[in-house]
Amino acid sequence: MSRFVYADNAATTKITPNVLDAMMPWLTEGYGNASSIYSKGREALRALNEARETVAAALGAQAGEIYFTSGGSEADNWAIKGVAHTLAKKGKRHLITSVFEHHAVLHTMDSLRKEGFEITLLPVTDKGLVRVEDVAAAIREDTALVSIMYANNEIGTIQPIPEIGKLCREKGVLFHTDAVQAVGNVPIDVKEQNIDLLSLSGHKLHAPKGVGALYIRRGIVLPNLIDGGAQEKSKRAGTENVAGIVGLAEAIRTACTDIEGRAARVKKLRDRLIDGLLPIPRCCLNGDREHRLPGNVNISFEGVEGEALLLWLDQNGICASSGSACTSGSLDPSHVLISLGLPHEVAHGSLRLTLGDFNTVEDVDYILSVVPGVIERLRAMSPLWERIIANEK
Amino acid sequence: MLYSDKVMEHFTNPHNVGELPDADGIGEVGNAKCGDIMKMYLKIDGGKITDIKFKTFGCGAAIATSSIATDMIKGQTIEDALKLTNKAVVEALDGLPPAKIHCSVLAEQAVKAALADYYRRQGIDPTPIVGDIGECEACHV
Repeated sequence: MSRFVYADNAATTKITPNVLDAMMPWLTEGYGNASSIYSKGREALRALNEARETVAAALGAQAGEIYFTSGGSEADNWAIKGVAHTLAKKGKRHLITSVFEHHAVLHTMDSLRKEGFEITLLPVTDKGLVRVEDVAAAIREDTALVSIMYANNEIGTIQPIPEIGKLCREKGVLFHTDAVQAVGNVPIDVKEQNIDLLSLSGHKLHAPKGVGALYIRRGIVLPNLIDGGAQEKSKRAGTENVAGIVGLAEAIRTACTDIEGRAARVKKLRDRLIDGLLPIPRCCLNGDREHRLPGNVNISFEGVEGEALLLWLDQNGICASSGSACTSGSLDPSHVLISLGLPHEVAHGSLRLTLGDFNTVEDVDYILSVVPGVIERLRAMSPLWERIIANEK
Repeated sequence: MLYSDKVMEHFTNPHNVGELPDADGIGEVGNAKCGDIMKMYLKIDGGKITDIKFKTFGCGAAIATSSIATDMIKGQTIEDALKLTNKAVVEALDGLPPAKIHCSVLAEQAVKAALADYYRRQGIDPTPIVGDIGECEACHV
């Protein structure tokens, strides 16, 4: 009863047929440059304008506030460095973020720190939530920007974004959110939620890789990201990736048309998976269960190392990920899990399964039929597990 | 992470897994914080390693290096077993990704730690024979 189950939708997603269909004309006969005057060029420009409208509408923004980028990391870099460098001229050289942001934000902050900016890294609760009062306490006269992710990529916790947005607006501080994991999964309205800048990525919601966007609220002027032609209001030069942008728009339109319906379906699968895994001895769910993305499951199994677990799941046709050091390419386990206060050895044994629109009950039941056996097998050969059991007695 | 077929073979079907209740030497290296612990059990008869088992908490490479290292020294004399290097382990596995070289170091150290334990049990100071095993360089604990 072997099958293939893709349960790593937080890493990337499959392009849906409707997205591919929307893109195809722009990969074939619609090859015109959107800056060209003739009809082939004008058609491409029209497609770009429509895509911009679609993305803006999904976020409650105006089309003029959407800037297409190569993805989420580029948008994060542009937003954070752009605001920092602009407001530094007014003496504001302090930025606030959280310890468990994506590296696209954390490493950007590191780079600014090296330039002489002051960075406050807010802690998170053991459930993986940023406290609004911590943000309030950290804001100073010289604070240029608060950047808090909408939803965490590893543990799926959804942050109190509207509350942080309101606070920042009252204090007159700009607010950026990396919403790469949230767009399409959580209702977002940048105006209602007082968001000044928002990063998003296409490939997390069934659009292709290499395309994303940054929402920049009207009135905020960021330095150019790429100098050159007049694309993206001369802010980000380079001939537009028309097919990718059209695909992104189609993906966002599909995802945001029925957030609640899709979320309800995926949540059911997620809960079935969590409830099916938690009876395994000595494991724990990482991150708040309530404020959680519909598809995210993140569980630590004591006495087991995550990479070995993933390799066994792969042998069984299951794609998943882990916060183990061995999968991060460094010696330290995931900074997200450590920020929750998890001991290193428990963080090494984490498993992230992220479900999406294509997953079924059969997928979940198949995962549930495989994982306990793999855990048992790895624990049987683990001297760490031996020690855990000995200490129990 | 790109593993060789040999690594995957030893990971999915590791040789010599288990414990030896009447082991003549037991060595454990690594630590939980770093994410890998290797424990090796030796049965020694007439200066020869007649049986060997291991238990490992760790990634695919840690399990594969444990498996192949036990294969490589099973049936060998103590002198030959002491000559096992991490480099030989890497070669026997048709290479390891750079980030995983420390797993081969652990395998070499686990063998040496088990032999050191054997000598200690005989009332012999192992340091002049086995050398200083030390900590894995990759670990900063």
